[in-house]
Amino acid sequence: MFDNFPLWPKQASSAAGNVDALFIFLVIVSGLMTLLVFGAVFYFAARYRHRKGELAEQVEGSTPLEVLWTVIPLGVFMVIFAWGAVVYFQSRTPPRDSTEVYVVAKQWMWKLEHAEGQREINELHVPVGRDVKLIMTSQDVIHSFFVPEFRMKQDVLPGRYTVAWFRATKPGTYHLFCTQYCGTQHSGMIGDVIVMEPAQYEAWMSGTNNGPLSVAGEKIFAELGCATCHRNDVQARGPSLLGVFGKPVQLEDGRIVTADENYIRESILDPGAKVVKGFKPVMPTFQGLVSEEQLNALVAYVKSLGGPGQPATKTAMSAPDSAAGKGNQVQ
Amino acid sequence: MSDSTTAVQPHEGLHNPALLHHFSTEEQQKDSASFGMWIFLGTEVMFFGGLFCAYLIYRGWYFPDFAAASKSINAALGATNTAVLICSSLTVVLAIFAIQTGRRGLALVMLALTMVFGLGFLGIKGIEYHDKFVEHHVPGASFSFEHEPVPGHPDQYANPRHAEIFFALYFIMTGLHALHMIVGLGIFTWLFVKTWRGMFTPRYYTPIEIGGLYWHFVDIVWIYLFPLLYLIDRHP
Amino acid sequence: MATATVPAVERENYLNKEYGIGSWLLTTDHKRIALLYLLSITFFFFIGGFFALLIRLELLTPAGDLLQADTYNKMFTQHGQVMVFFFLIPSIPAVLGNFLVPLMIGAKDLAFPRINLLSWYLYIIAGLMMLHCMLTGGVDTGWTFYTPFSTAFSNTKVIEAGLAIFVAGFSSILTGLNFVVTIHRMRAPGMTWSRLPLFIWAHYATSIIQILGTPVIAITLVLVVAERALHLGIFDPRLGGDPLLFQHLFWFYSHPAVYIMILPSMGVVTEIIACFSRKRIFGYTFVALSSIAIAVFGFLVWAHHMFVAGISVYAALIFSLLSYAVAVPSAVKVFNWTATLYKGSIHYDAPMLYAFGFLGLFTIGGLTGLFLASLGIDMHVHDTYFVIAHFHYIMVGGALMGYLGGMHFWWPKISGKLYPEGLARLAALTVFIGFNLTFFPQFILGYLGMPRRYYQYPPEFQVLNVLSTAGATVLAVGYLLPMIYFLWSMRYGKPAPNNPWNAAGLEWTTQSPPTTFNFEQEPVVTWEAYNYDELDKGHKEVHVVG
Repeated sequence: MFDNFPLWPKQASSAAGNVDALFIFLVIVSGLMTLLVFGAVFYFAARYRHRKGELAEQVEGSTPLEVLWTVIPLGVFMVIFAWGAVVYFQSRTPPRDSTEVYVVAKQWMWKLEHAEGQREINELHVPVGRDVKLIMTSQDVIHSFFVPEFRMKQDVLPGRYTVAWFRATKPGTYHLFCTQYCGTQHSGMIGDVIVMEPAQYEAWMSGTNNGPLSVAGEKIFAELGCATCHRNDVQARGPSLLGVFGKPVQLEDGRIVTADENYIRESILDPGAKVVKGFKPVMPTFQGLVSEEQLNALVAYVKSLGGPGQPATKTAMSAPDSAAGKGNQVQ
Repeated sequence: MSDSTTAVQPHEGLHNPALLHHFSTEEQQKDSASFGMWIFLGTEVMFFGGLFCAYLIYRGWYFPDFAAASKSINAALGATNTAVLICSSLTVVLAIFAIQTGRRGLALVMLALTMVFGLGFLGIKGIEYHDKFVEHHVPGASFSFEHEPVPGHPDQYANPRHAEIFFALYFIMTGLHALHMIVGLGIFTWLFVKTWRGMFTPRYYTPIEIGGLYWHFVDIVWIYLFPLLYLIDRHP
Repeated sequence: MATATVPAVERENYLNKEYGIGSWLLTTDHKRIALLYLLSITFFFFIGGFFALLIRLELLTPAGDLLQADTYNKMFTQHGQVMVFFFLIPSIPAVLGNFLVPLMIGAKDLAFPRINLLSWYLYIIAGLMMLHCMLTGGVDTGWTFYTPFSTAFSNTKVIEAGLAIFVAGFSSILTGLNFVVTIHRMRAPGMTWSRLPLFIWAHYATSIIQILGTPVIAITLVLVVAERALHLGIFDPRLGGDPLLFQHLFWFYSHPAVYIMILPSMGVVTEIIACFSRKRIFGYTFVALSSIAIAVFGFLVWAHHMFVAGISVYAALIFSLLSYAVAVPSAVKVFNWTATLYKGSIHYDAPMLYAFGFLGLFTIGGLTGLFLASLGIDMHVHDTYFVIAHFHYIMVGGALMGYLGGMHFWWPKISGKLYPEGLARLAALTVFIGFNLTFFPQFILGYLGMPRRYYQYPPEFQVLNVLSTAGATVLAVGYLLPMIYFLWSMRYGKPAPNNPWNAAGLEWTTQSPPTTFNFEQEPVVTWEAYNYDELDKGHKEVHVVG
């Protein structure tokens, strides 16, 4: 019945069912509350309609009643809060072994690059049943990556990475909308997420001949001379990057931070902000010298050097059309 | 909070001409004026508060760069200005005291001194702004803050973009403060003229009192601005 | 009731005391200033409404075929800015509040009549700036001005719009300041806090928000204007700034602002329900304290507009929790209003129909707020038509219906004339039907995934959009009707008695319309608020000294 006049989008991700269940619960609670209030108002309005000669009875108040209708709603609200918090927490915690896709938003298009190397514009191909993590940044203003059928939305900001994840559960083509107003063609910044059966996805993936993103990153790392300082020996002027991703790092000023995507990015663009303990602040900034796509490749490269939960995949990734390279999940 | 149970004062032919018609008593008028000014100062706290909030956040994130930038503004001039403003608040209080004790001449002198101090403050501020302009520390196209060492770390240079944020906030905060000073000078000019013309007596001097409140507030804002902007990570 | 056979509208009153444009433009009479505001905000309401009409016309078809993209973007931006800053925020406080606050507490005027006039002039200056901005290119950033789009990318008149709103903000601050001092210091003898009409409590709470919140958006706009004009980097990540800082500063005011828009309306509805049920409001103390609670808690929830903006999960959890806390006092009020009807003696005059409409629509709007406060659901519906439906239910279904109800209720007092009751009831019904038809489909559109601020959309969203536009035309008729018959009544309406509703409240003891100084002699209050039992038994209640 709802196929012709749908009241909600298709459920095409693992999260969709959870969000819809919460929504239905809220609809029921609201419906009951509405019936209660409307019912009472209609009943009182009719029953106590002004009749000639009859006076109103001055019922001033009732503290027990006030307490009751303060505490009960509060209790119901806390249940709603807790349920919503759980759903949200799950949505904002990507699983450890997710496939990664780097997203660069710009006025007014979506540029996507899979870690395996495929590049797409305004389209995202993913296999059904696989956890996909989106690492997103904007080249200009704030955008927002929204796929209604996945019940997934995350603002995409300039100057930092934001992260979202999903697991598609049904093959098909789904709307991708930009949902943070970004200028003239905001309503034109739309695309499709195309969910494919695993075999189809393999076929699609082998159609491209870009190497994996981390290999592109390795090239940039060499071209920009990063290896001059970031060596793995004692004389290195910069900290070793082997196994650093995801690890806690101690800084000169005593703080301890986690080497995540934003840390790597910041270290390239603003190296003086977080200087690693034991090193001098001599790294030059690459602000304006690297594009967002190049930054993504560098981040992917550093990830490929391994870290907690990130086994090094460098050797496995070096030949783009080797059997080992295809179909491997980037860790 | 006047839960007034006093009966209405019928119109005496001799009531103070300063009593406005919609008030019942002089006390009510005075209390209202005072209360109104305190509330207005509350809005000013929230107004500057937004700026202070932005400033504190960036100072926390970019402390070394802010320290370097702070070093380049003249703390001696800033400290002088602090002393100047504190003296001006003293003269305001003395002006009120003078009126309370019926000494119009002394009040005029104190009001004038307050304005002199205020002008002095603005003059010193002008010198500071000029210095910043000459050193290319004014944010915008000609801003330059290259190779400035971070205090305590002679081998580390401050990030010019972060320093530019410091200067943007410096100019906006002190500029807004200076604007309030100028308004204050206007208010005190008016107060001076009205005092000259004998409008204020020991019985009625509310405008001077609430003008004084405003002046004290402007003073207090500076007392926060000075250490926050001028004294980041300074060592003797 | 006065024994004079000449109706007050023909005796000397505040309207006919002086004629001439100078007597109006230089007035310090709070009642005349209220009327000046009435004219100005009505003018801006129609401008904002015109933009809304263009938006809904464009959205009749999936393609962007009526307006160019840039023009459409200016339409929704200016609709929001005009409606929020130049209609909703002033509306009830500046018109009904200005008129009634002194009357209700037994004072001759507000504490600072000249500052009241200054408030109006600031509003006019801001309005002229805004009009000029719109006529010479307009602004397309959305009423929310998010950076870095507004500071570094938009090619429209952001600076002028920002400055216009800055000036309008000070108009709002001064009104709030005036009310707080007036309510504290100018109450008549015997008018204790617990005898105040709840309209006054509501305006007191509103004024606190205006005083504490508005300066923050003022300074935020100063920073945006400075950044745009001088190419600073406070909000621009390319220059070391943070776009989220803007959002925090913006919403710190703009969330409490929605309580500025709804609290006065709640005050109006309380007065109407009490009068037309002939009963004291159920739970007076709880309703009064709920107003204060809303004002306080309202300052603690701003980042619920930012759940997917990039804030940390932990911040999101805290703001979601607090957002549920702020919902409780509003729910308490709805229950108290409903309970007031119990054992009442209910009349269905037009003001009461608007109050019923408010009850229904505010309940729905408030309940959908629970959806948005839930992190799990907000992830899906944030920045979609679900949000648009939610806030229109509260602001239009709630605040605007309350405003119209109040205008009807106090029209006899303000103008000395009676409006035509039959037409008024028809208008109330038209507004209610048109409103639901316009905005209920938008909840569905939002959950289906239609984003905000889109002028073209996938074809599957068309049916609901057409329904919504159809409703908007009905709604427009509902708004035009009162305009017409209020004007008509000023010339041809029946003269009103002092207290046509036999309502409680000091304002009803004055003539209709009141004299310039309101009361012949300062009242002395010895009775509780909402003394409908005494009124219905025919007791006289005004006591005068001497």
